[in-house]
Amino acid sequence: MIDGIVTIAHLSLHEARRRRIVLAAVVCGIAFLVVFGTGLFFVERDLQASGQSALERRGILGLLILLGLYGANFLTVAAAVLLSVDTLSGEIGSGVIETLASKPVRRVDIVLGKWLAYWILTVAYLMLMAGGVVLIGRVITGFLQPGMERALPLMALEATVLLTVCIAGGTRLSTVTNGIVGFGFYGLAFVGGFVEQVGAFTGNLAARDIGTAVSLVSPPDALWRMAAYYLQPPIFRDLQLGPPMFWAASTPTSAMVVWSIGFVIVTMMVAVRTFNRRAL
Amino acid sequence: MFALETHGLRKEFGAKVAVADLSLSIERGEVFGFLGPNGAGKTTSLKMLLALVEPTSGTGSVLGAPLGDRATRARLGFLPEHFRFHDCLTGRELLRFHGRLYGLRGLPLEARIDELLVRMDLDDAADRQIGGYSKGMLQRVGLAQALLNEPQLVFLDEPTSGLDPLGRLLVRDLIRELRERGTTVFLNSHLLGEVEATCDRVAFVKEGRTVGGMSLRDSPDALEVELRIDRVDPAILTGLARFGSGVAHVDGTVRLHVDGDESLPALAGWLVASGVRLYSLQSRRHTLEERFLEIMGDDQRPG
Repeated sequence: MIDGIVTIAHLSLHEARRRRIVLAAVVCGIAFLVVFGTGLFFVERDLQASGQSALERRGILGLLILLGLYGANFLTVAAAVLLSVDTLSGEIGSGVIETLASKPVRRVDIVLGKWLAYWILTVAYLMLMAGGVVLIGRVITGFLQPGMERALPLMALEATVLLTVCIAGGTRLSTVTNGIVGFGFYGLAFVGGFVEQVGAFTGNLAARDIGTAVSLVSPPDALWRMAAYYLQPPIFRDLQLGPPMFWAASTPTSAMVVWSIGFVIVTMMVAVRTFNRRAL
Repeated sequence: MFALETHGLRKEFGAKVAVADLSLSIERGEVFGFLGPNGAGKTTSLKMLLALVEPTSGTGSVLGAPLGDRATRARLGFLPEHFRFHDCLTGRELLRFHGRLYGLRGLPLEARIDELLVRMDLDDAADRQIGGYSKGMLQRVGLAQALLNEPQLVFLDEPTSGLDPLGRLLVRDLIRELRERGTTVFLNSHLLGEVEATCDRVAFVKEGRTVGGMSLRDSPDALEVELRIDRVDPAILTGLARFGSGVAHVDGTVRLHVDGDESLPALAGWLVASGVRLYSLQSRRHTLEERFLEIMGDDQRPG
């Protein structure tokens, strides 16, 4: 079983490398980091020149680095969807899967092998992007982003949820439909999270509960909120400063992490079951 | 023991019946042709045998194991009708990945890949990406992946589709080599000439149902005989059955199949000795095409 998973994962990684998918993602990621670093450099220089206190500087730069991490997180989520959206549906559509599935390999191995390959790529991409933002922040501002050890696993879990949804969608849907579902799923989470935070901030409990319910159906945004909670300086956290996507007026609890891990496992089980029954 | 056996396999996709009744048995070492017009259910039938499609009902076994048995799939080879794989792989990489899926590793796998690349006349193109291959080259590398594991049973779905005359010849020779090695071949095709040249036996499929078969090797000299006689009674029909098979009385003529020319004088002699007046005796070879058209009937339209 392990042999089959490893061979399929190896094939998927090889394909991603050869099709220059990895190269394109890395080039775009580096471009993002260069732009981020340049912006941060000039803001830091102006803050130095304006003679603001160290505390004020730290607050503003911390917010900018958080914004950089939000960008890195968004790009990772987009990469998770775009990398995996075509892998099963495309191979089913082109007939490539017929030759694979007729070999002495379980269908579950094909699904798990592909998931594993794209999970490795997604997490590596997250490390590159988030690590790049933190490193640039440290070099330019001398300020080391706290809370990364708690935020990174949450960001990785968020990307894992989306990756799993797209792998599962690929067992049933065409590539385009699967892409729409993948981004729609993320969009739903985003809007749900927004409603939840605004509801909590304004004391509108109905809005907060609707947002919470949406995040149970689509957990990615709740995971980002948790990550953002750990990344923010305490004063931002308490006063709800900064853009709404960083607010943590209604902070998801660790139950959301358990829920999300369960969500990934159940979605994978559904994917395997659907793919097992699918006529290829 | 049969290499392949099925009883009443059926596949429905919603309200559409793709295969109504697939009942087959194929001897080990046999080159078996599965013939039918486009859309008759040949590919769906083959996919059920390979567990790519789950049958709605019916049973079957492949190399003595139930359909879909994973360990048995290591002893099967399969070339899909339109072989496609990731364009970014080279021919050699493609074969290496498929070899690994068969559980092959290391030097034996590399040696087998080299051997097949030479056999398929692809050794020059082995390290080029298959995205640049011609249709024929793609089909040949597809054949190579189907034979990597030296299978005991090979399924070929329209293997010459897209091949030029030289490529077709290569497939023909390859099937001959497989037969000599004792490999069972299941050939899905609608090309009668190809089937006639390579197969030991054929089965016909019409509207998702197996509707008869024909041996092409046991009696290559078989003839169809048509008799016009003055008296047809049960005793005459029973007597004729000693000379051949499929005796039938239709519209005043009697038809039967005999093994070859040698049967004809004896048959005529027996009829005369039985007091029957023989007005005409016509014999002709029954070609695969005639049999195919006869079975498919006039209601078939080009697919």
